[in-house]
Amino acid sequence: MIPIWIYAGKKLSTLGSRKVPFLALAAAFAFVIMMFNLPVPGGSTGHAVGGAIIGIVLGPWAAVITISVALALQALMFGDGGITTYATNCFNMAVLIPFIGYYAYNFISGKTEITSSRRVIAAAIAGWVSLTAAATWAGFILGLQFILYKDANGLPLYMPYPLSVTVPAMFLEHAFAFSFLEALVTGLIFAYLQRTDPSLFYGEKSESKKSKTKKAAPV
Amino acid sequence: MDKLLRNLMIGLLALVILTPLGLLASGTAFGEWGTDEIKDKLGFVPQGVEKLSSLWNAPLPDYSVPGIDPNIGYIIAAVLGVVICGGVMYLAGKKYIRD
Repeated sequence: MIPIWIYAGKKLSTLGSRKVPFLALAAAFAFVIMMFNLPVPGGSTGHAVGGAIIGIVLGPWAAVITISVALALQALMFGDGGITTYATNCFNMAVLIPFIGYYAYNFISGKTEITSSRRVIAAAIAGWVSLTAAATWAGFILGLQFILYKDANGLPLYMPYPLSVTVPAMFLEHAFAFSFLEALVTGLIFAYLQRTDPSLFYGEKSESKKSKTKKAAPV
Repeated sequence: MDKLLRNLMIGLLALVILTPLGLLASGTAFGEWGTDEIKDKLGFVPQGVEKLSSLWNAPLPDYSVPGIDPNIGYIIAAVLGVVICGGVMYLAGKKYIRD
């Protein structure tokens, strides 16, 4: 994760000072949205991450940093997620989710206008796909831990369940529950920002720059 | 202040106030069980988990503030999260992001 953080930090510094308050809001938002635990049948719980919408609005590299900050505070202060699992958690939630979300959104949006309603659908689907994919990967990693780490008696050192349990568990509970919340959150915030200030989105030219180029053009 | 920023902050504040809804779900996320829960499930605690679990003691485990109603404690945790995450990102952004 360390090279990813370094590169993301470099990319972040080119984002423009206008985005600074939005970065702060994004980190705070990621922290809060992960506190909304949803129950699923079987006694387990889970949550949305907000990674797709942050990736779409501020760009996936900025999302890497903001979500990593939220995960660090969770682990250090609230004993959630964990210290030894921090890098893996960051890879899943701060890298996979925003990148998959961002590219899924762009793929579905195609060449439509930034104000197109198709982009709201694209954002919602990107939310669902990104969380489901990242959770399934997390399930794979958990199952891998079962295979790789056993004590002298053959008992599991860490994860007590094999891949055949971990992957379906993580995939199913996200695909049929938590990812729908992620899709809803992503779609709603996207629709709001799209109506309010579409120039905010990553890759869009800001209004001020646009008006400057208009002024410069001969009438 | 920018109207959009103000509205987003109001939205975030509403989410913070609503966080106790997240406490309605009583179980633990898959793979995030505590040592006592693993013991209930398996009858033993995997050695590696046992060892690593004492590596770090969080000041406010499970987003609760000792001696305070869990719902209020959860909101306090959310406020702390917003202030610290937002603050760290804001200061880092101000320092490193230049036009």
